[in-house]
Amino acid sequence: MNDAENRTAAAPSVRPIIEVNSMHKWYGDFHVLSDINLQVHLKERIVICGPSGSGKSTLIRCINRLEEHQRGQIIVNGTELTNDIKNIEKVRTEVGMVFQHFNLFPHLSILENLTLGPIWVRKTPKKEAEEMAMTYLEKVHIAEQALKFPGQLSGGQQQRVAIARSLCMKPKVMLFDEPTSALDPEMIKEVLDVMIDLAREGMTMLVVTHEMGFAKSVADRVMFMDYGEIVEQNTPQEFFDNPQHERTKLFLSQIL
Amino acid sequence: MNAPPKKPSREFLKPPVTEVGVLGWLHSNLFNTWYNSLLTVVVLLMLWQLVPPLFGWAFVDSVWNSPAEACRDIEGACWSVIPQNISFIVFGFFPDGHQWRPGIAMLLLLGLVIFSKDSRHWKKSLAVYWLVGLVTMGILMYGGLFGLLVVDTDQWSGLPLTFMLALFGMVAGYPLGVLLALGRRSRMPAIKTLCVVYIEMIRGVPLISLLFMSSVMFPLFLPEGVTFDKVLRAQVAIILFTAAYIAEVVRGGLQAMPRGQFEAAESLGLNYNQTMRLIILPQALKIVIPPSLGILLSTFKDTSLVVIIALYDVLKTTKVTLSNPKWTGFSTEAYIFLAVFYFICCYAMSNYSRKLEKALHTGR
Repeated sequence: MNDAENRTAAAPSVRPIIEVNSMHKWYGDFHVLSDINLQVHLKERIVICGPSGSGKSTLIRCINRLEEHQRGQIIVNGTELTNDIKNIEKVRTEVGMVFQHFNLFPHLSILENLTLGPIWVRKTPKKEAEEMAMTYLEKVHIAEQALKFPGQLSGGQQQRVAIARSLCMKPKVMLFDEPTSALDPEMIKEVLDVMIDLAREGMTMLVVTHEMGFAKSVADRVMFMDYGEIVEQNTPQEFFDNPQHERTKLFLSQIL
Repeated sequence: MNAPPKKPSREFLKPPVTEVGVLGWLHSNLFNTWYNSLLTVVVLLMLWQLVPPLFGWAFVDSVWNSPAEACRDIEGACWSVIPQNISFIVFGFFPDGHQWRPGIAMLLLLGLVIFSKDSRHWKKSLAVYWLVGLVTMGILMYGGLFGLLVVDTDQWSGLPLTFMLALFGMVAGYPLGVLLALGRRSRMPAIKTLCVVYIEMIRGVPLISLLFMSSVMFPLFLPEGVTFDKVLRAQVAIILFTAAYIAEVVRGGLQAMPRGQFEAAESLGLNYNQTMRLIILPQALKIVIPPSLGILLSTFKDTSLVVIIALYDVLKTTKVTLSNPKWTGFSTEAYIFLAVFYFICCYAMSNYSRKLEKALHTGR
């Protein structure tokens, strides 16, 4: 914990875009997340890793309130997430989410998948939304598939579309929930490349992943979670070369 | 890749003659085992015995449009019972000389239905067409405007009544059913309980008893002097009945939706209504097209149950025709005619639903 406190103290003094204060979450009797403290500043890129069942996905799902926490505080873009929150949609528009299983809308074309949010939530005129969608599709190298349906694309292509779909909402933060875990090995790279580009452009990102190469090359901070708590967080270099905790060492020895 | 593929060195032999073509088909479908061969022979013998006499009765020895007397001394079918009574079968008690009105109304309805089948016409203007069409049909049926004779709903009968009860039963019952399905999945206990009670109660009683209640019991609860139209009451009963069944089918479709679809929609910032309307319902309703169609077909056929509250749908008008001493004894012909009519309508619906399913398929 000392490491974490040192780092947050060293961070710029502007208000963090995401602030989690001693947050706890239970599934029934099961204590999934315990005393989570986390601050994310704009343009920070954080990779969260840890064994399966350690609560990493649950943590980022709490941040856009796909899951509810029971104790503590989560503040996203200045709005605290509470039980009686009225404008949760407003918070979610600022937080993009990419899922393990893509979750594209299979009954809509790729282009419609992308324009749906801007048209219905941001009230962007259709034509403008389509133009924007095409620029993002080009960015993820998939513009030529715009009129196809999700079922006609490969997994890697679908995940890139999913990233573009989130970007179309012009979010301030992007959350990635194991974006490459459901992909064949040869498709992982095309998705990671898109994510690396995004990181270089200064997007604030919170990425749950097992891709340690990605963590090494783009992360500002790597967090290790186990049994529902944040065990250790550090710069990638320190994290990989000089892990502090036994559990981290064990995990790294298994994964690398 | 432009060069023609090299001819392989080995020779491609033709399969044995008993495996392809007509012989192959016969062999693999009709005579592939000894018991299938036996069945084939038995069925062929039965067809040989049954088909020629049936054909003779229906087409050779039959009369198609003659007075009743001519039917007494023939061997075959007396199809004349239909054309000779067609105006009563189709229009029932609608006053003579005004029957062009329901006739035009039905043509209008048919036109609207055919027009609406094409998904390219699914725009806001379609609702306007339907509104105009329905008002026109209402005026044609009821009259009272433009010097048209007022025809009370008591006299609406035959085919227009059947079509009306069926169409509104389906068109109003379906959206109501969808709302009930959403309500049953609601997190608000009051709404949920209300929907569960409604659905289970309606599904727990036969349509006949609902019709009875609407026609006999319901008026007892109304203050004196207040009456609702009998046709309207039957119509409401049919709508409520259809909705309860549709609700359960749609609920099945909603449950089949992966959680990820809800989450993806929510994480884009869509609210509940938008999520349902744009993401969940289009997919869920597509999944449940086949079972929904089953319910809509039942609705169409169940309209014939309104006879028990003394409404004269097309089945009842046909029965009345047969009770005329001149035409008693030709019920086979009349009922075959009705069966063909119901079949054509149901088959058209079924066919359309298959096409719709195909058109909505997006490859997953």
